[in-house]
Amino acid sequence: MPKKISIFINNKKYSAEIGQSVLDIAKQNNIDITTLCHHPDIKVQGSCRLCLVEIKGKKGLHTSCNTQVEDGMKILTDSKNISRAKQINLELIFSEHCEECGDCIYSQDCTIKEFAKKYDVKITKYEDRKKGYPVHKFGPALEFDTSKCIDCGLCVDVCKKEGVDFLEYKKKGKFYEVCPSSKKDKDCIYCGQCLTHCPVGAFEGVGEFEDVDKYIDVKGKTVVFQFAPSIRSSIGEEFGMPVGTVVTGKLIAAIKALGIEHVFDVCVGADMTTMEEATELIERLEDDKPLPMFTSCCPAWVKYLEFYRPDLIPNLTTVRSPQVIMGGIIKTYWAKQMNIKPKDIIVVGIMPCVAKKYEIERKQNYLNGMKAVDQILTTRELAHLLRKKKIDLASIKPDNAKSPLLKPSGAGVIYGSSGGVMESALRAAYKKMTGKRMPKLNLKEVRGIQGFKKAKIKIAGKTLKVGVVNGIANAKKLLKELEKDPKAYDYVEVMACFGGCIGGGGQPVPINDEIRQKRSAALYNLDTKKVARSADENPIIKKMYKDFFNDDKNRHSVCHTSFRKKKKEVFPKK
Amino acid sequence: MQKNTRLATRQENIIAKLKQADLRGRGGANFPTHSKWQMFADVDADKKYIVANGSEGEPNVLKDGYILKNHPEVLVEGLKIALETFKSSEAFIFLRRDYFKKYKKKLEKLIGDLPITVFREHGGYLSGEETVLCEEIEKNLPARPRTKPPYPGQVGINGLPTLINNIETFYYVAKISKNEYKKTRLYSITGKTFYKGVFELPVAWSIKKILTATKALPEFDYFVQVGGGASGDILLASETTQQVSGSGAIIIYDKEQTDPWVLMRTWIDFFMNENCDKCTPCREGSYRILEMVRDRQFDKKVLDDLFFVLENTSYCALGKSIPLPFKSAIKKLLAHTRN
Ligand SMILES: Cc1cc2nc3c(=O)[nH]c(=O)nc-3n(C[C@H](O)[C@H](O)[C@H](O)COP(=O)(O)O)c2cc1C
Ligand code: SF4
Ligand code: SF4
Ligand code: SF4
Ligand code: SF4
Ligand code: FES
Repeated sequence: MPKKISIFINNKKYSAEIGQSVLDIAKQNNIDITTLCHHPDIKVQGSCRLCLVEIKGKKGLHTSCNTQVEDGMKILTDSKNISRAKQINLELIFSEHCEECGDCIYSQDCTIKEFAKKYDVKITKYEDRKKGYPVHKFGPALEFDTSKCIDCGLCVDVCKKEGVDFLEYKKKGKFYEVCPSSKKDKDCIYCGQCLTHCPVGAFEGVGEFEDVDKYIDVKGKTVVFQFAPSIRSSIGEEFGMPVGTVVTGKLIAAIKALGIEHVFDVCVGADMTTMEEATELIERLEDDKPLPMFTSCCPAWVKYLEFYRPDLIPNLTTVRSPQVIMGGIIKTYWAKQMNIKPKDIIVVGIMPCVAKKYEIERKQNYLNGMKAVDQILTTRELAHLLRKKKIDLASIKPDNAKSPLLKPSGAGVIYGSSGGVMESALRAAYKKMTGKRMPKLNLKEVRGIQGFKKAKIKIAGKTLKVGVVNGIANAKKLLKELEKDPKAYDYVEVMACFGGCIGGGGQPVPINDEIRQKRSAALYNLDTKKVARSADENPIIKKMYKDFFNDDKNRHSVCHTSFRKKKKEVFPKK
Repeated sequence: MQKNTRLATRQENIIAKLKQADLRGRGGANFPTHSKWQMFADVDADKKYIVANGSEGEPNVLKDGYILKNHPEVLVEGLKIALETFKSSEAFIFLRRDYFKKYKKKLEKLIGDLPITVFREHGGYLSGEETVLCEEIEKNLPARPRTKPPYPGQVGINGLPTLINNIETFYYVAKISKNEYKKTRLYSITGKTFYKGVFELPVAWSIKKILTATKALPEFDYFVQVGGGASGDILLASETTQQVSGSGAIIIYDKEQTDPWVLMRTWIDFFMNENCDKCTPCREGSYRILEMVRDRQFDKKVLDDLFFVLENTSYCALGKSIPLPFKSAIKKLLAHTRN
């Protein structure tokens, strides 16, 4: 038990525990302290020097984020000196941040601008030091504008925490700069965690926000939108709704208000992924093919394996990710129904993810020579587009359209959370192997935002050993376990983002565990309300298997992909 | 049990001697060595580290190099005493790269099979800061300072208690243990004098007395920078009745012939090059000072602001120490020049 002590903040007594920081206690008690380089996901940086306090008996000013509490400590969070120092340090922070507010991911809610107002900061006191600094391009997924970087260090540490460690400090002239690695054996996997953890918008998705209306109105083309599982419980935040609000109907209405007639739910694609993946799992278990089988619906994880561990490519399921399958269904099955030429359809995917911008470019994901999905807009980008067109998601009347390609099973919805793919596939595999619905549908063991989950699941007399991880660092731990015991797992789900796609690189900022928890809980809640809880119970899936995927050629071209060893593709720009 | 008692007595003995001799750390901060050793002895751990800090990264400080060249056996002797004093301990001699190249072989010969590793520093001036030193030994590069507390004496290399003393401090530990300490320290004299070098003279002497004794006292109007060649204070000839602070350096300047702006430029270039750019005031503040020094003009209000945040909000002692030489140079040197 940690020792309980008392501290005083602004003359009021608070209880604390040895090992906590002054900032921890202030936050617990809703005492406002200015922080910029502090992120609950990441270890304390102490670099911005804004979270200043005075401590009785200790000279000078102290940063609350890296000052440990001591019994009887007397702290002031406001004084002339504190305000003065914050003002000066903010002026210095602005001196290295070339503002580009119009298309910044924080255009709605910018922390430093808010501070500037509060502390009467002259933003332009110094000439911009980083004018003309390079923009590094990370494949088709992200851009890093170093002229906006304020050197807080969070992205470097989040990439380390992710388990990739691709961002480093490099000395250029007089200064250390954050820089993508030039090492041959290191590459970015496009997860976008750096983006969602940067407090000043130095990272953005490719095209964010310049390209948002590129495909809204294209002559002679049918533009359709599809949205990923996790969007429904996150995009509300962009419109001031409480975290975890489910807005499926409003989302459909808002997209239609853009003039888009046809909207699809990627969860239906997820149901298809589930069916195929369950089949492949059973085959692998029976036919002595490489085990464990790894999920492959996270393109960042796929890139990790293709670049860092190509030896494990045979373990990846060849089933395409839900959005790619859904794009395929639209351009084949639906196109035929509607009597539209596939090449006249433009599919825009609304995704929680910047790696998906890369996934749609992969040749292995093409369909009859064309892209299955033509453009990805992240959750943030769609919100930006809606705002630009003056469409308010919060007040729009929900559209409860019930077309079959908007009706997933509950299993398709939980794909957005870490553990969701596993749970869905196991529900379907159970049905396939036993002919019965899984008696205990809620697989609590694989749920939750913690990084590493394990379970043993009994199906038809077999015990399946499954592992569910989020964050590549956890995947690496699991691979280590497999080195020791190759039979440690039969089936493994990996999502690169912490908590799964609900915490993806395309999602609204800020992000933290509480937000992840709420976004995730909302999806599981939706699942329990569905009649069809398993992909195999979804009428449209049954129908497509009967009418369209009975042809193996169709099934293969829409639902399966391949992988190849990769060379480094992201280099620092000079 | 008996062994432990003997260890305890040996520990008490040497710490009492250090206390009696009133040895202060020679790494710059003047911290009482016996207190540091006592606190280190009181920490309970299965394993401990000891480091002799030979980073000596500040300009014009030469004394650790002097010991390595002339009395390396005394340094090793000092470390041996520390190893015997603290059970289950292992030591490093942490050397700047040129010292490493020059003295590694010689040291290793003297070390024999004592558990002492000669370690090559990776960075520069900042690497001599004790937490950066720990990071370097752990190979977390480029190394940046850690938050204190915890101090290395509690949590240092690999999370274990780590005693860090300057090379000169260990040199005098050996002397004290053999009752050969005569309350001296090593002064590095450089600058505009014919009599440059490292001199072992009483701690209590004034700057003037030291300069006189070493024949380095100038006949021209001079000023000195004392402590170190970047962070040291500026003292006019009339102020040399003081003792030397910091790392014991005295740098002599011709007052007429020295352009204070050029001098300040060397300091700010040094700080900008050697800092780690982790924290806002030191990274950006030093750059804005450089701009003003380059333009040979201070905006007093801006400079005041920058000094304020450097002193009060820098993450580590490097940033905190930047204003001091500038403040004294501005007061004592600039007031009398044309600009
Ligand atoms: C920027 C910076 C550079 C330092 N460089 C050195 C150094 O080169 N050698 C050294 O012994 N101590 C250096 N120190 C001080 C060390 O952190 C530490 O206090 C010292 O090694 C303790 O030894 P002592 O108690 O024997 O003085 C430096 C401190 C700072 C802030
Ligand atoms: S996208 Fe992911 S892997 Fe790439 S730099 Fe950012 S955090 Fe690292
Ligand atoms: S890019 Fe953003 S997160 Fe990374 S160091 Fe710069 S400001 Fe911080
Ligand atoms: S976890 Fe989801 S959001 Fe993150 S990279 Fe993978 S697919 Fe994209
Ligand atoms: S004060 Fe300077 S050297 Fe110290 S942490 Fe800050 S930037 Fe680095
Ligand atoms: S939040 Fe504490 S230093 Fe940045």
